[in-house]
Amino acid sequence: MTGSSQQGWPLWEVFIRSRQGLGHKHVGSLHAPDAEMAIQNARDVYTRRQEGVSIWVVPADAIAASSPDDKDVMFDPANDKVYRHPTFYDLPDEVNNM
Amino acid sequence: MTEGQHVQAILRLGDDAMVLGQRLSAWCGHGPILEEDIALSNIALDLIGQARNLYTLAGAREGKGRSEDDLAFFRTDREFLNHLLVEQPNGHFGDTVVRQMLYSAFALERFAFLSGQLVDAELAGIAAKAVKELQYHWEHAAQWVVRLGDGTAESHEKVQQSLHDLWSCTGELFDVDEVDAACQNAGMLPDLVAIRTAWDLRVNACLAQATLARPEDGWMKEGGKQGVHSEHLSYMLAEMQVLPRTYPNATW
Repeated sequence: MTGSSQQGWPLWEVFIRSRQGLGHKHVGSLHAPDAEMAIQNARDVYTRRQEGVSIWVVPADAIAASSPDDKDVMFDPANDKVYRHPTFYDLPDEVNNM
Repeated sequence: MTEGQHVQAILRLGDDAMVLGQRLSAWCGHGPILEEDIALSNIALDLIGQARNLYTLAGAREGKGRSEDDLAFFRTDREFLNHLLVEQPNGHFGDTVVRQMLYSAFALERFAFLSGQLVDAELAGIAAKAVKELQYHWEHAAQWVVRLGDGTAESHEKVQQSLHDLWSCTGELFDVDEVDAACQNAGMLPDLVAIRTAWDLRVNACLAQATLARPEDGWMKEGGKQGVHSEHLSYMLAEMQVLPRTYPNATW
């Protein structure tokens, strides 16, 4: 790459929904001057090998994230609550995609 | 339409794609940013893919056993039948995106027709695949022209100059020679007057959004599709062809 012309371009987080997938998954990030170009760039950088059928881009600074320091408080209490998993009964056939 | 004209028409299509694909390939590793580097390389690969299909078809229609590689690597500049526009040097990034916008608007309209014509079904199949690629090339290039034209004072001035420099290569796109006329009458190639109208609409809309002035239609260069090229093409071909010409049948 030459130059440093991406100075000042905002960072975008990219989410792709795969062919089989139901939800958009985070795949990475990129720089772009605006949302339209971010989608085009995401198409070129992250879907060249048929990875997806839908793209979301989100300004990175619009994402509110949990703090790594709060990890214990946030997630450890779920450790011993296996009864929250829906594994103790049989799913009817009509229920897809659990 | 004679068989020779049929082959020549397909070769012209293939040569446009080959030469522009080779030009864009030179951006690989030199793009202004990583994302655009990949975008230009993707477009280059789309075009080279189109060229391969068209060369293979031209070789088959010609019936002399010439392969896609024979047509790409063992013809001289006088035997290449691409438009002058696509052989113009990459220049700076603005030059490249303006060239891409002007060509993609033309190619998109042309291949849309080709995908629907019934004279050569294989050509229609190749064109149908190409149209999806060209639609993206057009959108990507047009968006860049808008951003540079309606960007800073410096970027505006630069792409206005790019447009001015390349404009004299646009007249040739709509020139009708014997080959074009014969293939149009046969229904294989589109009426270039209609293509011009559609091209004008696209280009004018893009330039208006980009706040760029459309140059006057002055003197236009011509000769590319008859094999008479600018000095730029033979240098490009020398680089493109050196390996297969030095080591025929080399493989890796």
